[in-house]
Amino acid sequence: MEYVLLVISAIFVNNIVLSQFLGICPFLGVSNKVSTAMGMSAAVLFVIVLATIVTYLVQVNVLVPLHIEYMQTITFILIIAALVQMVEIILKKTSPSLYQALGIFLPLITTNCAVLGVAILVFKKNYLLFDGVIFAAATSVGFGLAIVIFAGIREHLDLMNIPKGMKGIPISLVTAGILAMAFMGFSGLV
Amino acid sequence: MSQMKQFTKGFFKENPILVLILGTCPTLATTSSAINGMGMGLATTFVLIGSNVAISLIAKSIPDKVRIPAFVVVIATFVTIVDLLMQAYVPSLYNQLGIFIPLIVVNCIVLGRAEAFACKNTPTSSFFDGLGMGLGFTMALGILGSIRELLGAGSILGMKMIEGDGMLLFILAPGAFIALGYLIAIINRFKKV
Repeated sequence: MEYVLLVISAIFVNNIVLSQFLGICPFLGVSNKVSTAMGMSAAVLFVIVLATIVTYLVQVNVLVPLHIEYMQTITFILIIAALVQMVEIILKKTSPSLYQALGIFLPLITTNCAVLGVAILVFKKNYLLFDGVIFAAATSVGFGLAIVIFAGIREHLDLMNIPKGMKGIPISLVTAGILAMAFMGFSGLV
Repeated sequence: MSQMKQFTKGFFKENPILVLILGTCPTLATTSSAINGMGMGLATTFVLIGSNVAISLIAKSIPDKVRIPAFVVVIATFVTIVDLLMQAYVPSLYNQLGIFIPLIVVNCIVLGRAEAFACKNTPTSSFFDGLGMGLGFTMALGILGSIRELLGAGSILGMKMIEGDGMLLFILAPGAFIALGYLIAIINRFKKV
């Protein structure tokens, strides 16, 4: 039951994009088509879960025993950058079809603040490894849900007649605002 | 004269938020009031100036292939300094901004300036570039924060401007998206095409 609540809260109530404001750049950048949005969210899911496991193990086994917790930011960002690079190389060798699907999104993920954000949040919320992994996976599902819905709306927006100044980013932001309002409806849930 | 130009371009012509649309995450998350927005802006300004100057000094000795990771380490160092300083001297603001202080590392503006400007220019012009960009960022956050605070709570910088409670929506998440959307739309409208 506890995990059900954790998952629902991470996907709907505290949606990472629409209420935590993490990962807005890919949210606005790669949401032109539903298919690319799906590719991006799959890549994010993969990297976030992996990054959470590795950063957790490093924090608990290296940083805390050595009392250098203040190195967290530097260590985590390097781990994420290295991890993304490694995943890219491994995928290229072992599964070219998956690499084809995710490949172009992978380099973008290093600067996706959702990855570093989740890794840090796991410690802010005092989760253990297993809870942390569930939280990370649910959060990235929430990211995927938001970005795919948003891409669906944007595909339709392209066909609309929008005032000149509002074209592009402004109308997208206002749309995201309305979407965020819809997600606020979940706030009484947990 | 050229230093002046490096300094002022961050405010209008190349304002990181309103024109280049970089660093949207902290923009939306920390502007629930004017003071939070400006605090975030100043923290980012410090990191920008530090990383710009440091990178322009060492850029020549970094091999091209490890350029990006090296820049990221420099930036992360300055972010850690800001993080510790804010924790010590402005704990209430630090708690308000929370996770977004360490997340300055992945702010596209900082890496963007390092890559596009600092690694090709002298330390002095990099300093002014960082200062201008940072203050432009702070200005935009301040404007957005003021708008949201005025509409949402009826006050600016904690001073009551309008009687009553205001529209709570603008303090919450949806208001951030909508306010920034209209702000950029207004800028687009007046920008020369």
